[in-house]
Amino acid sequence: MSSLWSELEQFLDEIEKPARYIGGEDGMIDPEHSLEKASWLLIYPDTYEIGLPNQGLQILYEILNERDDSVAERSYAPWVDMSREMRKREIPFFSVDTHRPAGEFDILAFNLSAELVYTNLLECLDLSDVPLYSKDRNVRDPLVIAGGHCTYNPEPFADFIDLAVLGDGEEVVGEISEIFSQWKSKDENELDRKELLLDLAGLPGVYVPSLYEVTFSKERLVSISPKLEKSAARVVEKRTISDLESWPYPKNQLVPLTEVVHDRLNVEIFRGCTRGCRFCQAGMITRPVRERPQEQIISMVEKGLKRTGYDEVSLTSLSSADFSGIENVISEVMTQDTCSPVSLSLPSLRVDAFTVDTASQMQQARRTGLTFAPEAGTWRLRQVINKLISNDDLFAAVESAYSQGWRRVKLYFLIGLPTETDEDTLGIVELAEKTLEIGRKYHKNPSVTVSVGGFVPKPFTPFQWFGQNTEQELLRKIYLLRDAAKKIRGLKLKWHDSRATVVEGILSRGDRRLAPVLERVWREGGVFQEWSEHFNIDLWENAMKEEGLRIEDFSYRHRDEDEVLPWDHLAAGLHKDFLWQDWRDALNNLGLEDCRWTPCYDCGACTGYGIEHVVASAVPPAGGSQGTGIGSLQENEIKVSISQTGPPKNLQTSGVNE
Amino acid sequence: MRCLRVRYTKLGKIRFIGHRDVARIWERTLRKANIPVLYSQGFSPHPRISFGLALPTGFQSEAEYLDIYLGEDFFLDGFDSRSIQENIDNSLPTGMNVLAVGIISTSEDSLQETVDACVWEVRVSDISVEEFKKIRKKLLSSKSLNLQRERKGKISIEDVRSQVHSMEITEEHVDGVTILTELGTKPRVLRPTDLLKRINSELRTISVLRKEQLTLQGNQRIEPLSIGLYPAAPAEVLA
Repeated sequence: MSSLWSELEQFLDEIEKPARYIGGEDGMIDPEHSLEKASWLLIYPDTYEIGLPNQGLQILYEILNERDDSVAERSYAPWVDMSREMRKREIPFFSVDTHRPAGEFDILAFNLSAELVYTNLLECLDLSDVPLYSKDRNVRDPLVIAGGHCTYNPEPFADFIDLAVLGDGEEVVGEISEIFSQWKSKDENELDRKELLLDLAGLPGVYVPSLYEVTFSKERLVSISPKLEKSAARVVEKRTISDLESWPYPKNQLVPLTEVVHDRLNVEIFRGCTRGCRFCQAGMITRPVRERPQEQIISMVEKGLKRTGYDEVSLTSLSSADFSGIENVISEVMTQDTCSPVSLSLPSLRVDAFTVDTASQMQQARRTGLTFAPEAGTWRLRQVINKLISNDDLFAAVESAYSQGWRRVKLYFLIGLPTETDEDTLGIVELAEKTLEIGRKYHKNPSVTVSVGGFVPKPFTPFQWFGQNTEQELLRKIYLLRDAAKKIRGLKLKWHDSRATVVEGILSRGDRRLAPVLERVWREGGVFQEWSEHFNIDLWENAMKEEGLRIEDFSYRHRDEDEVLPWDHLAAGLHKDFLWQDWRDALNNLGLEDCRWTPCYDCGACTGYGIEHVVASAVPPAGGSQGTGIGSLQENEIKVSISQTGPPKNLQTSGVNE
Repeated sequence: MRCLRVRYTKLGKIRFIGHRDVARIWERTLRKANIPVLYSQGFSPHPRISFGLALPTGFQSEAEYLDIYLGEDFFLDGFDSRSIQENIDNSLPTGMNVLAVGIISTSEDSLQETVDACVWEVRVSDISVEEFKKIRKKLLSSKSLNLQRERKGKISIEDVRSQVHSMEITEEHVDGVTILTELGTKPRVLRPTDLLKRINSELRTISVLRKEQLTLQGNQRIEPLSIGLYPAAPAEVLA
């Protein structure tokens, strides 16, 4: 076992933010390596500040270190100044726990949660001195694994990984460790990497790309299927843990020595979401809803605050105000016996007055900003995307916020959504203007920050067939907003770089033809592409051109019902015909209520895996009308479900015609 | 109102965290140790703690100080400095340890005001022992030493000779020396690395350790803790 620390400490003080590379966090586990164990290096391929708080990685870190047959350390992508220095000094990629070289681990496991980090995966492999392509690795090289939401379409990076894991990782990492540690115990000349991969492919939730054949015809994907009958599943199903109570992780959340994002105690209160927002991949692929019991949440919060010294706790989930009995959890947490005030935050707040009242109670120690995400500017478009917030819900929420002392409110929207017209786009500014009017009742100079993101269609959502807006179309909409917002005092408009949206779009629904594109971009220095100071659209456009690929084929065209999608051989439990029907409903401005409190739509997520929602209360949350079946027939909406087949009609084309 | 003044270390890997990181660690540490720090008033209250002279990232220290503002209740019956010291020490990360605690009245000078000099141990390399001895002699016999300094984008030239109180070679190595040097902190802190670079741009500093922060009263050197007054430091006074 070797440590690179004595080499690193010689130059770390010349490196930007050296604390990124030292480890030593409260909660760090002293790894007990042994030859029999499968040793994992868990990698978040973004900076330390972004990667360290990642709960998924921390959960697996603890589980793997608790097991007898595995051990785990962590690493994050070195910033450009560090990687330059590492190459100059011939220092390989290393773990932050014990500064052990990545090449000495058995398994390099990447957490991929955003498309723009894919080139960082190549950077980490190259710094590890591991061959980039799976086909070039031999028994002495580590196994390269990917997990995280991006593995629901791993095709763009499939050639670089040995396997991908779909869904919840809690159980499957143990199964992989078991198979790996047994394989490893064999005589060295009997070790066969192919055999190992075949064994691992037998695990539910494990996808081994090299076992599949991919066929293209005339710029279109025509099939992905196992090369050999029975060597691999025809369709790889995601993994789902049925009960969160059995997995109270992380038990010892890592407390970093330096500042990171989400620098607070995080306790996951439920997993999954059935709000059914059609643009949201997380809400679709993590179904069904599985709540953690209240008592367990409270005890995790109490223990966590005492152990870490944090004075802020976040109760995390995809829509925390929807937790059964959330009021009770909040009051229990707020009345704890601590020597200093504690702040509580609920991410992904629902937009209504009730939620704001709750937020006001929660923030004793300090008040953070309030962000609401109506996502679209008009009620019509919000029905299309199934984010069933009425204008009145939003106005009640902001009224409540301004009246309780907040002077600044943030609103988040998407542009480039299906069926969007300029009226919808400009509706964003109208909502912001009304919000400011309400604010003036309580403050002299209220302010509203409107953040606008470009919509990227994602696999396993009803919008997976939608042709993404072009860069020009998104820019046109941004200028439209900018011009309308200019005249309004107190309104600040921010927008996401539409060129980055283009690249996200290519990778989001791309296929294996993109591997050489990723390699080219990386070779040209295109790392940290999610950082605006490093993002470079030219690298991507040139690489696409060099490979003879057109962005239109990947992003801008609408896809057909019977077209093979690059993720058709993978499954998140959702029936494809459910998604298609939901897509049709969207085009007909039809919202769909939350199935937690209304009858089942048979999306497949529960029935397919024989599991159910784990929800303590069958009653919708207080104050929340949206999508709960209460008062949903708003603004003269008559709800009629129309079944329709054939190509979508009345689709807004987005600048490119096929 | 009184303060608990704490002397602590910053040694090993943790030397690479910045001053703001240290402040955040202290806030969490005091909550973990259940020390009832006073909070500031206002929309966003924060614990009232104040630090002395910032230590550059990458330097180690055996002499960092912190003042913790506490209500009078804290110092009444049952105040046990030993158990408080242990309690805080156990809540700190590896590399940070409490060496001593003392009680300070808030009417006394702040840490920044009260400290006049720091004693540094510096490991210097890329220079022969003979060569370094010559440099040292030249420095100590000089009348002035102009140093170009940059502050808030403005460049100024300052004579820092009077801030160099002493410099001794404590160890000789094949590739350099270890020195102990006392440098004045007023009007502005003189960093040992800046001084060494000025007197010879070739040499390299491998490690820097702050050994002491001192208040000067004539020939007396006093540690800025009201308890545990120190005798004069071993270094000779040159200025």
